[in-house]
Amino acid sequence: MAASPAYGEEKGGSSSLGEPEYGHDPASGGIFSSDYKRHDDLKEMLDSNKDSLKLEAMKRIVAMIARGKNASDLFPAVVKNVACKNIEVKKLVYVYLVRYAEEQQDLALLSISTFQRGLKDPNQLIRASALRVLSSIRVPIIVPIMMLAIKEAASDMSPYVRKTAAHAIPKLYSLDSDQKDQLIEVIEKLLADKTTLVAGSVVMAFEEVCPERIDLIHKNYRKLCNLLIDVEEWGQVVIINMLTRYARTQFLSPNQNESLLEENTEKAFYGSEEEDTKDAKAEAASMAKRKPYVMDPDHRLLLRNTKPLLQSRNAAVVMAVAQLYFHLAPKAEVGVIAKALVRLLRSHSEVQYVVLQNVATMSIKRRGMFEPYLKSFYIRSTDPTQIKILKLEVLTNLANETNISTILREFQTYIRSMDKDFVAATIQAIGRCATNIGKVRDTCLNGLVQLLSNRDELVVAESVVVIKKLLQMQPAQHSEIIKHMAKLTDNIQVPMARASILWLIGEYCEHVPKIAPDVLRKMAKSFTNEEDIVKLQVINLAAKLYLTNSKQSKLLTQYVLNLAKYDQNYDIRDRARFIRQLIVPTEKSGALNKYAKKLFLAQKPAPILESSFKDRDHFQLGSLSHLLNAKAVGYQELPDWPDEAPDPSVRNVEVPEWTKCTSREKRKEKVEKPFYSDSEGESGPTESADSEPESGSEENGSSSSSGSSSSGTEEEDEEEEEEDSGEQSEDKEEEEEEEEEEKRPKRKDKEGSHKAVLRTAGSPSEEEEEEGAKKSKKKALQGRKGRAETSSEASTSESSSSGSDSGSEAEAKQRKAPPSSKASSKEISLLDLDDFTPPPPQPIPSSSIISTSLVTDLEGLTLTDTSLTPTLLSPAFSAVKTYELLHRMAGEGLAVEYCFSRRPFPSDPHMVAVQIQISNNTDTEVKNLRVNEPKPLSGMRIQEFPEIEHLAPGDTATVVMGIDFCDSTQAANFQLCTHTRQFYVSIQPPVGELMAPVFMSENEFKKEQGKLMGMSEITEKLTLPEKCRSDHTIVQQVTSAANVGRVPCGASNEYRFAAKTVTSGSLVLITLERREGSSAQLTINSEKMVIGTMLVKDIIQALTQ
Amino acid sequence: MRRRCGDRAGTGLSGQTAQACSRDEKMIHSLFLINCSGDIFLEKHWKSVVSQSVCDYFFEAQEKAIDVENVPPVISTPHHYLISIYRDKIFFVSVIQTEVPPLFVIEFLHRVADTFQDYFGECSETAIKDNVVIVYELLEEMLDNGFPLATESNILKELIKPPTILRSVVNSITGSSNVGDTLPTGQLSNIPWRRAGVKYTNNEAYFDVVEEIDAIIDKSGSTVFAEIQGVIDSCIKLSGMPDLSLSFMNPRLLDDVSFHPCIRFKRWESERVLSFIPPDGNFRLISYRVSSQNLVAIPVYVKHMISFKENTSSGRFDVTIGPKQNMGKTVEGVVMTVHMPKAVLNMNLTATQGSYTFDPVTKVLTWDVGKITPQKLPNLKGIVNLQSGAPKPEENPSLNIQFKIQQLAISGLKVNRLDMYGEKYKPFKGNCKKRVLRKDPKYQIFHDTQTQGANSRRTCLLLLRSV
Repeated sequence: MAASPAYGEEKGGSSSLGEPEYGHDPASGGIFSSDYKRHDDLKEMLDSNKDSLKLEAMKRIVAMIARGKNASDLFPAVVKNVACKNIEVKKLVYVYLVRYAEEQQDLALLSISTFQRGLKDPNQLIRASALRVLSSIRVPIIVPIMMLAIKEAASDMSPYVRKTAAHAIPKLYSLDSDQKDQLIEVIEKLLADKTTLVAGSVVMAFEEVCPERIDLIHKNYRKLCNLLIDVEEWGQVVIINMLTRYARTQFLSPNQNESLLEENTEKAFYGSEEEDTKDAKAEAASMAKRKPYVMDPDHRLLLRNTKPLLQSRNAAVVMAVAQLYFHLAPKAEVGVIAKALVRLLRSHSEVQYVVLQNVATMSIKRRGMFEPYLKSFYIRSTDPTQIKILKLEVLTNLANETNISTILREFQTYIRSMDKDFVAATIQAIGRCATNIGKVRDTCLNGLVQLLSNRDELVVAESVVVIKKLLQMQPAQHSEIIKHMAKLTDNIQVPMARASILWLIGEYCEHVPKIAPDVLRKMAKSFTNEEDIVKLQVINLAAKLYLTNSKQSKLLTQYVLNLAKYDQNYDIRDRARFIRQLIVPTEKSGALNKYAKKLFLAQKPAPILESSFKDRDHFQLGSLSHLLNAKAVGYQELPDWPDEAPDPSVRNVEVPEWTKCTSREKRKEKVEKPFYSDSEGESGPTESADSEPESGSEENGSSSSSGSSSSGTEEEDEEEEEEDSGEQSEDKEEEEEEEEEEKRPKRKDKEGSHKAVLRTAGSPSEEEEEEGAKKSKKKALQGRKGRAETSSEASTSESSSSGSDSGSEAEAKQRKAPPSSKASSKEISLLDLDDFTPPPPQPIPSSSIISTSLVTDLEGLTLTDTSLTPTLLSPAFSAVKTYELLHRMAGEGLAVEYCFSRRPFPSDPHMVAVQIQISNNTDTEVKNLRVNEPKPLSGMRIQEFPEIEHLAPGDTATVVMGIDFCDSTQAANFQLCTHTRQFYVSIQPPVGELMAPVFMSENEFKKEQGKLMGMSEITEKLTLPEKCRSDHTIVQQVTSAANVGRVPCGASNEYRFAAKTVTSGSLVLITLERREGSSAQLTINSEKMVIGTMLVKDIIQALTQ
Repeated sequence: MRRRCGDRAGTGLSGQTAQACSRDEKMIHSLFLINCSGDIFLEKHWKSVVSQSVCDYFFEAQEKAIDVENVPPVISTPHHYLISIYRDKIFFVSVIQTEVPPLFVIEFLHRVADTFQDYFGECSETAIKDNVVIVYELLEEMLDNGFPLATESNILKELIKPPTILRSVVNSITGSSNVGDTLPTGQLSNIPWRRAGVKYTNNEAYFDVVEEIDAIIDKSGSTVFAEIQGVIDSCIKLSGMPDLSLSFMNPRLLDDVSFHPCIRFKRWESERVLSFIPPDGNFRLISYRVSSQNLVAIPVYVKHMISFKENTSSGRFDVTIGPKQNMGKTVEGVVMTVHMPKAVLNMNLTATQGSYTFDPVTKVLTWDVGKITPQKLPNLKGIVNLQSGAPKPEENPSLNIQFKIQQLAISGLKVNRLDMYGEKYKPFKGNCKKRVLRKDPKYQIFHDTQTQGANSRRTCLLLLRSV
C-alpha cells in the first residue's frame, strides 16, 4: 500500500493524544514484532478502566480498519467493551464488531446478550440501534435470535424501530435464505404499515426478498401511491421502481390503441396527443365497436402521485419518475418528463452521463418529447468526451427534416474541436443523419468530402469510413468522390481508412476503370508494410480487378497473391489461397469458378447506420442493466402489459368497522396530527396503547408549530388540485369513518358529475366533454371507495377545462336552479353518468337521502378523533340578501342587483361568485351588456360575465361574475356598459361573503383553534335578544351573516362554525357560547385579524338586531 | 449457502464469499476512496469484505480514459459493478453486486461528499484522513446494509458533531467525544430535515439568489444558446419550528424548479408560493431554470482576433472584453481561459489590465482580468509562437469567460415577501443586512471560436415579516 507512508506522515502532523505513536506505525509495518507490540499496547488501553483510553484505542483501531489493515487479533479485547457506558466507545465497538464478527463467530456470541438487552430498552432509539447491530453481525448461529428480534420489532409501537426491522430483513435473508417464508410474513405485515418512515424500507426488503410476490402489493398499492410524496428520497426511488413493475402486470397498456388509431385516418385527424379523448369519443359516438381503453383509476393514481416528484432535488428520484412515465404513461403524457431530465443535465457529470444514456434511449422512441430542448444538448467545449459523445447521440436521434440544418451547422463547429475522439464521433453522427434524412444526404456527403482535405489524419480517416458507407447507397453518381479518395491512398496512413478506400475502389472499379489498376499497382508495392486489414482489402481489390479487368491487372494480382501466400498472418495466407482457387481457372477449381464474379461483385446492401441505443428500452430505464446494455445480476425483467387486465378489485381495501376503535388511548394517539404526510399520525394496527411520551411530544410539537398556515393552505391546495385532494384527504380521514363519509361525498360527486354533464350538453367541444366525463367518472369511483370529495372540487375540475361561453352559461343555469330541484336532477345525473362511462364494476349505492347537515351531525357523533381535512362544504345557507348595483333611476331604466350566490366560482376557486340580476325597465332593447375596464385594486381580479347580447324590454337576465377580493372588503370597481351607456359601479362585499364554509370535525376544530390563539383570537360578549335564542335562529342568523359551515358540537350551549377565506384559504373559526340567561360569548379565531374583527361586528349585529 | 458464506469468510476469502451469496445482496456493498495517484486511502464495507483488488478494474479504466473526467461512472467487472464519482480530486468508488439504479448510487455518493464538505469544510484527502473516525461514524450512519439511512445533514449533526478546533482541544483534554450523547429525535420526526429544539438569540434568515448565465456564442457574436440557471441558497437561523413562506413578484419567470424536500409542492403548484419549514442552517432551497426568452442580454462581449500566419511559426492574438448594458452594475472577477491549439509553443502578450499565465504543458491561457471599467476596456494582445515546422493550427480556440455581477439577478426575479408563521417571536431587527456571496463562479461557456461564459450573481434578500 503506497498510501500508507504518506498517510502516516500526515497523521503525525496533527498532534492529538496518542496519535504520534500510531503515526509511526505504518513505517514499521513490515516488521511483525513491532506490529505485535502495537497491538499489545492497544489491548492494554482497551483493558484500562478509563473511557478516554478506550476511546483512543478504538479510534486507532477504526483508523486501521479504514485503511484495510487487519485488526482481527484484537477481537477479544474489543468485544469486552460492548457494554461500555461511553456512547462513542460503544459505537466504535459496534463498527469493529460488524466488521470482524463473521471471522470470529464464537467470540462474537459474547456480545449478543448485550444487544438482546438493548432490544427491550424503553427508548426506541436504543431498541433500534440494538437491532441494527444485531442484524448486521453475520453469524449464522444467531439466525433464530435475529428472526425473533425482527418479528418483535415489526410489531413495535415506534415506527422507527419498525423501519429498522424492515432494514434487518434483507440482512437476515442474505445470511439464511431458508427463512424466506417467515420473512415474507413479516414483510407482509410491515407493508400494511401506514407510516412513511417504514414504507421505503419495507419495499426495499420486499424487492430483495420476494420481488416475485406481487400479490402482496395489491392491498397496499393505493396507500403506497398516496404516501409516496412524503417518503424519504431513497425510499421513493425503490417504491417507484417497484410500482412500475407492479403496474406493468396489473394494468392495460395506455397506448394499446395507438396503432389502431393511426390506421384510422379519420380519427387520427384529431391529433395523436388526445389518445384518451379519442377513446372516449369513439365510445360516446358508437358505443364502441371495439373495446375502448379506459385507464384504471389506480393506474391514473400512480401517474398523478408521482408527477410532483419530477421536481425533486434528488436526481435518482427524478429518473425513477421519468422511467415510470416512459414505461407506463399514455404517449401524450410522457412529455412532462423531458423538462426534468433536461434539468438534470446541469448536475454532476456522472449524473449527466447516466441521464444522457437514458435520454438517448427515450429519444429514439419518443423523439418529439425532447425536440423543444434540442439546444440543451448542444455540446460545450468543457464537457468531458464521454458526455460529448452521448450528447451527440441524442442530437443525432433528434434530427429530422426540420431541424437538420441547425444540427448540421452545430456539427460543423464540433468538427473543428481539438478533441479528436469527439470529432470522429461527430463525423459518424453526420453519416447517420445523412442516411436517415435523404434530403441532406448530398450536403452531408459534400461536407465529408471536404473533410478529406483536413489536416488531421484521424478526421480524414473517419470521413473515409463514413463516406464509404454513404456511397454504398448510391455509388453511380459519385465516381468523382471515389477518384478523390483514390488519391488519398498516397497520404493517408490510418489502416481503417486505407482499407475502406481500397474496398470502395474494388467494389466500384467499373466506375473508375482507369484509376483502379494504378491503385493496385501502388498497393502491391507497399503490400508488405501494410496492416493486416489493409492487406486483406488489397487482396480483395486484386481479385475484383482480376475479374473485371484481367488484362491490366492479371500480373499484379498474381504478384499480390504470391506476396500474401508467404505472409506471416495465416488469415491472409488463407485468404490468398482461397481467392486464387476461386478466380484463377484451373482444372481443379471446377464449378465455383464460373460464379466468381457473382460472388465477388454481388450487389451489397447498404449498411444501416443506427443508434446503439435502439431497442435498449426493453431494459427498464434508469436501471444498471440499461446502462450496461446487459442483464445485471438480480435484474427484474419489466413485464409486458397483460392482454386482459387482472381484477382491479384486489386493490380494494376493506373498511374496518368504526366501532372497533373505542379505546381512549388509541384516540389520543391519533390526535398526533401529521405534518406533511397525511398518514404519520395514523398508527399501524400494531401500535399499542402506551404511546411513547417522547415521540408524542415531538410530534405534537411539530404539528402545532406547523401552524395555521400549513393546514390552511394545504386545505386550499386541495381545492385547487381537484384530483389530488380526494386521495390526500383519504389518508387524513379515519378509515373508521369511511362508512359515513361515503354517503356525503357521493351525493356531491353526483352533483359534480351532473354539472359536468350539463355543461357538456351545451358545449360542442369534444375535449371538454371528455375531460368532464373522465373526472366525473373518477369521482364516482372514488366516491365508491369512500373518499371525500366536495362539490367545490367538482366545480373546480369542471372549471379547469372550461372557458367556453356555453359552458359557463350552463353553469349559470345550474346555479339558478332552486335547491329543491337538486334531488331530481341528481337522479338524472346518475343516469347520464352511466351513459357516459362504462358502469363501474360495483354498483353505486344511492344514498342521497341523507342531507348534508345530517351527515355533519353524524360526523360529530363518531367516536374517533379524526384528522380529517377540512373539506369545503357546499354553502349551508343560500344567501338571499340582494344589494343594489345600479338603481333604476341612475341606470336610466336599467336596474341591476347583485347577491352573493355562495357557490364556488367555477373557473377560479379564489373568486367570490357574484350573481347579478339585470332587469331592463326601459321600453327599448338593451344590447351588448358587458363589463368594461375593470379597475381592480392591486391584486384584485375580476372575471367578467359573458356579454349579454340582447335584453328585451321588461326582461331580466341573471349572470354570474367572479371577483377575487383578495380577502379584503375593498370595493371592486368596474364599468357596466350597454351599447349606449356606461355606468360606473362598484361591488363591496360584506366580510361574511369573503369566505366559504369548510367541513371539519369537532376535534379538528379544536385543534385548529388551538393554533389560532393570541392575536388571532377575538372574543366579544353579547346579549341575545328574546327572539334569537333558539338553536335554529342562531344558526340561521350566523349563517346568513357569513358564509360559514356548521361544525358539530358536543355541548348543547355551544355553536361552532368554520369557513376559510376564499382567496388565501385562511381558516375562520367561529364559536358562540351561550351562558346563563341571554348572555353569550362570541369567539372568532382567524389569522386574518381584520376579517375577524369585522366578522364579529357583523355577527353580533345579526344576532342582536 | 449460508454456511458456506460464513465458513469462507472465516478463512478470509472475502471477495469470493460475497460473490457466493450475491443473489440477495443489494445496493452499496463497499466504498473505496482513491486519490489521484491511485492510492486507496479509505475503505468501508457494509456487508462482507470485498478485497481491494476489485479496484484494479477501476485503475484499468482510469488508465484507458487518460483524463480523469472520462472515467466511465459505471464499470462492469466479472463479479461486481463499480460505480464511481470524482469529486475534489478524490474518486469515490462503490462496489455493487446486483441491479440498482446507477443514479441512486451516484446521487448517494455525492451526498456523502457533500456531507464531508459540510463537516470538514473541504472534501479533501487530508481532511478525510485527519477525521477518519468521524468519517467512519458518518458512513456507518448514512448507510445501513447498503441502503441509505440518514442523509439529512441536520440529523447527522445531531448524531455526530462536526469537529471544531475548540472541540478537538477540549476532547483531547477531557476525553469526551464527537458523538452526540443525546439521541437524535430528528429521525423520528415528520420533518427529518429539521432538528428539534433549535434556539437562537438573534433570529435571522438569509436568502442568496445566485444566477448563472450559461451561454454559447458563436464567432460572430450571436447567441447560439443561452439560459439562466439559478439557485436560492438559504441560511436560516430561527428558533423553534418556523413556517416560512416566500413569494415572488414574478414567479412565472421560473421555468423549471427543483425543490428541497421541505417545500410544500402543492402550495407552489397552486399559488406559486414557497412554503416550508426550513432546515436549520445552510441549505439550497430551490434551483431553477429560466429559459432564454427572458434573457435580457449577456452582460459582456468580446472582440477577438486570433490568427496564425501560414508558413511562419507565429500568430497574432488580440482580445478585448467589454461590458454590455448591465443596469449600472460593475462586471467583476472576470477570468478568461483559452485552450490554445497544441501547436502553440508559448505566448508573448501584454495585458492592459490584470495578469495572464500560459501553461505550455496544458496549453491553457488564463487571463485574470478583474473588474471591467467601461472607460478603459481590458485588452490582451501579442504574439503566439508556434512550434517550428508544425502546420498552422486549423481551429481557433474557444474562449471561456467567467464573471460576476454583484447585486443583480439577471433574470429579473424579484422576491416579494417572506412571512413567518408558527412562531411568536419577533425576528431580530438586524436581519435586514446583506451578505456577500461565496464566490465560486462555476459556469463557463464557450463555443466555436469565441465564447463567453457569463456568470451573473446574487441578490441577497433581507426581509422577514413575522405574521
